[in-house]
Amino acid sequence: MESPGLVIPVEHGLLFAAVLFCIGLAGVLTRRNLLFVLMSLELMLNAVAFVFVLAGAVHGNADGQVMFVLILTLAAAEVAIALALVVQLYRRRRSLDIDSLDGMRG
Amino acid sequence: MTAWMGWIPALPLFSSLVLLLLGGRMSARLVTLLGVGSVLGAALLSALLIAGFVSAGSTAVSVMLQPWFSSAGLTIAFGFYFDGLSAVMIGVITGVGSLIHLYSAAYMAGDEGYARFFGYLNLFVGAMLLLVLADDFLLLYLGWEGVGLCSFLLIGFWYREPANGYAARKAFVVTRIGDIALAAALLIMIQQFGTLHIQTVIERAQLEWVATDWPFWVALLLLGGAVGKSAQLPLQTWLPDAMAGPTPVSALIHAATMVTAGVYLIARTQGIFLLAPRIMELVALVGALTLFLAACSALVQHDLKRVLAYSTISQIGYMFFALGAGAFSAAIFHLMTHAFFKALLFLAAGQVILSLHHEQDLRRMGGLLHRLPFSALCFAIGCAALAALPLTSGFYSKDAILLQAYGLHGGSLAWWLALTGAGITALYSLRLFLKLFFGEVVTEPRPDMRPTLVVPLALLCLLALLGALIPQPLGAVFAPLAATEVPAAVHGAILIMPWLGLVTGALLWRYGRGLRQRWNDSALARGWRAGWGFDALYDGLLVRPLLLLARLNRKDLADQPVQFVAWLSGCAHAWLSITQNGRLRRYAAGIAMGAVLVLMVVTL
Amino acid sequence: MSLVLLILIPLLGAVLVWLAERWRCGLARGLSLVVLGLEALLLWQVPHEAPAGGLWWLQFQTEWLPVLGISWHFALDGLSALLLWLTLFIGAVSVLASWRDIDQRVGFFYCNLLLSVAGIIGVFLALDLFLFFVFWELMLIPMVLLIAIWGHENRHYAATKFFIFTQASSLLMLVAILGLVFVHYGQTGVMSFDYGDLLRLQLAPLPAFWLMLGFFIAFAVKLPMVALHTWLPDAHTEAPTAGSVLLAAILLKTGAYGLLRFTLPLFPDASAEFAPLAMGLGALGVLYGAKLAFAQHDMKRLVAYTSVSHMGFVLLGIYALNDLALQGAVMQMLAHGLSTAALFIIVGMVYARWHTRDLRELGGLWSLLPRLSGFTLLFALASLGLPGLANFVAEFLILAGAFQRDWPITLVALFGLVGAALYALLLVQRSLWGAAAPQAKTHDCSAREWGILASLALLLLVFGLHPQPVLDMVQRPVATILAERVMPNTGGTDQVVQRESREQLP
Repeated sequence: MESPGLVIPVEHGLLFAAVLFCIGLAGVLTRRNLLFVLMSLELMLNAVAFVFVLAGAVHGNADGQVMFVLILTLAAAEVAIALALVVQLYRRRRSLDIDSLDGMRG
Repeated sequence: MTAWMGWIPALPLFSSLVLLLLGGRMSARLVTLLGVGSVLGAALLSALLIAGFVSAGSTAVSVMLQPWFSSAGLTIAFGFYFDGLSAVMIGVITGVGSLIHLYSAAYMAGDEGYARFFGYLNLFVGAMLLLVLADDFLLLYLGWEGVGLCSFLLIGFWYREPANGYAARKAFVVTRIGDIALAAALLIMIQQFGTLHIQTVIERAQLEWVATDWPFWVALLLLGGAVGKSAQLPLQTWLPDAMAGPTPVSALIHAATMVTAGVYLIARTQGIFLLAPRIMELVALVGALTLFLAACSALVQHDLKRVLAYSTISQIGYMFFALGAGAFSAAIFHLMTHAFFKALLFLAAGQVILSLHHEQDLRRMGGLLHRLPFSALCFAIGCAALAALPLTSGFYSKDAILLQAYGLHGGSLAWWLALTGAGITALYSLRLFLKLFFGEVVTEPRPDMRPTLVVPLALLCLLALLGALIPQPLGAVFAPLAATEVPAAVHGAILIMPWLGLVTGALLWRYGRGLRQRWNDSALARGWRAGWGFDALYDGLLVRPLLLLARLNRKDLADQPVQFVAWLSGCAHAWLSITQNGRLRRYAAGIAMGAVLVLMVVTL
Repeated sequence: MSLVLLILIPLLGAVLVWLAERWRCGLARGLSLVVLGLEALLLWQVPHEAPAGGLWWLQFQTEWLPVLGISWHFALDGLSALLLWLTLFIGAVSVLASWRDIDQRVGFFYCNLLLSVAGIIGVFLALDLFLFFVFWELMLIPMVLLIAIWGHENRHYAATKFFIFTQASSLLMLVAILGLVFVHYGQTGVMSFDYGDLLRLQLAPLPAFWLMLGFFIAFAVKLPMVALHTWLPDAHTEAPTAGSVLLAAILLKTGAYGLLRFTLPLFPDASAEFAPLAMGLGALGVLYGAKLAFAQHDMKRLVAYTSVSHMGFVLLGIYALNDLALQGAVMQMLAHGLSTAALFIIVGMVYARWHTRDLRELGGLWSLLPRLSGFTLLFALASLGLPGLANFVAEFLILAGAFQRDWPITLVALFGLVGAALYALLLVQRSLWGAAAPQAKTHDCSAREWGILASLALLLLVFGLHPQPVLDMVQRPVATILAERVMPNTGGTDQVVQRESREQLP
């Protein structure tokens, strides 16, 4: 494939996405503050979205960027709702500790 | 003559139906009229029937009334068969039965269940009549079970007392054990002959079963049924407890109905029994053993009615002994005379018990000779007949049994037991009489001489004395016995035996006070008093294990596997729900691990 | 058309009864009786015998899902007719028996009752195996609701247990039905759920045995056979009186009917091979049921276990595979239906007066309620097989037939007669005799109660002394079952003409 200027190998891109995803995952798994969990989730979403763009670039296909835009809007909507819920939750519980929210246990 | 044969059982059955359904609203007078009248009517019809039968030359007649059901080649009908044997039986049942009914009208007067009592009593007589008239084994079985039911209802008549309920249940269950033997015999007959018509079965058995094992098994099973109803070894334990019922009931059970059913059954099916000589020996042995054991038990009872109960078992034992020996007509003869004197003894005992304010314990009786002279007379006649003293009816029948049995089989073990039994019988008869009427007055009686009590007793006295003169049209039923020479010594022994018992008794009474005291407390006497420990044996062997089993398995063992499956899925549920702990981060970790696992599997 | 109406009337009636409750309280009861009365009238007017030489009195068949070979196929013969009469009678009895007991959601109660009756009627009429399965399920669900909503203390447990048992076993039957259909498809290339088609199937011994087992287990659970019976005491004990009556008197009979109508004719050889084991289980059930009945303190549980004992006789009779025993088994179905229904009703009456069913606390009923006690005694005696009552004829025929087939097992079953005496007399002694129970309210049978019990008693007595009509009615069906191959379509056709698309049965 022909591409001008500095060429970043696909492996690097993928590695970057994987690292980003793992950082996000680690955040989700280890942070107890709900706000940080949400931010980590954003990280994971962005890692996945990045892979779409990367794949689009590699295959010379615009679909990858379309998917990125879709994920972007989805994430925006999700954050809007999630933050609203977090605010509500904080008002009621005075805490954002995710481990204390285990009312749905079996 | 045969057209109205059906009315003989129908009258008491119908009146029992009316009494049981409407009796509560009827006046006592009407109840008496219906209850006693129906049996008296049946007795009159029976008398006419028997007279007609005898004058027509004693030929058996068979009447088909109504089909019951027929299925796949098996046809059962409500039909009657009337021959000399049935004639004797219905004569005894309705004759003695109606005297007992008459007596009951006085004995039970004022009882709250008066109508119910007569309802049951009539049902009893009706069922017994069906039993002896039946032309079909299944109809016989209907009567057979009906008799068992009535004994249950009447023994438990005073139902408020729990002990009566237990006695009633015991009577029914123990006799039912015999009934299943009878039922099994019926099943064999169906399998072999495809019919239950009594005469057909016997005829075909005599033709087809001669060299087979069938007579052995069928006769054994019939014997099983007979020992249940007739309270013979090993199913005799229900009869002494059956004393819980009102006294006229005991009279009816012991004299006219129920216990004679077994004797009748064997006599009726003699054609099958004769094919199985080993069973005949067994019948004789059962009878002899029973008569001996029961006579010993009768010797030591403290309860007036229990003495009579054991004496009944013993006398029925004589009948079984006679049947087994082949002296069928002597057995039926003894059945009749026994019905007379046993009814007399029971009804007289009832009068004594009434006079003594329902006291039944012999130790609290005594010296009643001058206070209750009429009862004393009745007892004297009854006991004399029971002891088989000359000139009473019992003498002729027991004499016939012992003589004929000796003539047929010689001095077997069973015969010697029966001979000894005759002595013991005289001994306990004397003991009973002396205990009641001599010695010191313990309880002051209030004589009860209502005519309805006295008239039946007087008539029964006459029958107990002269009953042996009543001819029995049995010639065509049983094959005549070959005349055999019996040694004079044997004859003499039979004659002397009762007197031996009497003399021993008199001597013991007069001189052996200390001996009697010691004897009464001895272990042997206690064992005899408890009926040789049969009750305890069955209790330990059958009743307790059964109850234990019932208690252990009340929760139903078969349910346990099901409960286990339920428990297992409960456990699985508990384990699985551990993972549903509501911690979001754990879920996320789970998802991540799952994803990694899937990736690993896919890439590898 | 009358056969379809027979099923439609209670179905529509059920909806109507539910709605009727909104208009006026109590209307539901009367309306249910009217519905059952209409049914009876309808059943009365169908021809009561088959046209010359045939088995079926009446047949109806029309397409449902022709692709799968499923049709609306109903037929009536002596056996179904007898059981239909029993169903209608017992249905009316249970409506009357629950006249005062049920005071919550009355409309829905009678709706469920009628739905269940409709299902049962369908089971007795359906000759298409798919259709049969549909009705088999239809009768189950309303019954579970009856127990779960109107039952006693432990009702949810009992309802769940009942549901799981019957559902699991009927799924087995569904598998067996499908297996049978596929074998048929493999042999002929035609999908058919029709009884007549499947009867003509030739099966290899091994598949026949397993398919037979599938049917057998489903029916044995309903019957119930010992070891699969444990749902019964709970369901019977916890159900409301009408539910217990319906369960004991007719629902159990569907199991026996299934064995007679399907298992035996569809798998004649496999059944014959299986017969000794089934007879043994029947005899075991007779004894085991009696023993457990004897051990109970709860009056209702005692009566429930007597069903296990009595239905053991039915199983014994069915697998004796001869006319005598099979007629006896059908007779026993009838007699057990009547006598056990009566005993459950009596338990309900006692419970309504004392608020206990514990035999240790009861006693002395005779001095307080002589009429009710008289009935109790009579039905207890029927239960122990007293000659002169219908149960005796039934048990006698079963034993006589079974004895010819397998005498040792029959002798074992014979001991059940002693067992019956033990539990029946225990019931009489503990409840009727003894000192009077305290806090007794002493109103004896009302006219309604008297009427119910008297009619049941009269029927038992009539069938005990004159069982011939029943025996005649089932004589043909039984003979046909034993002839191993039932020829459908030998009877009269209903008014609706059969659709031409289906091949005419020979």
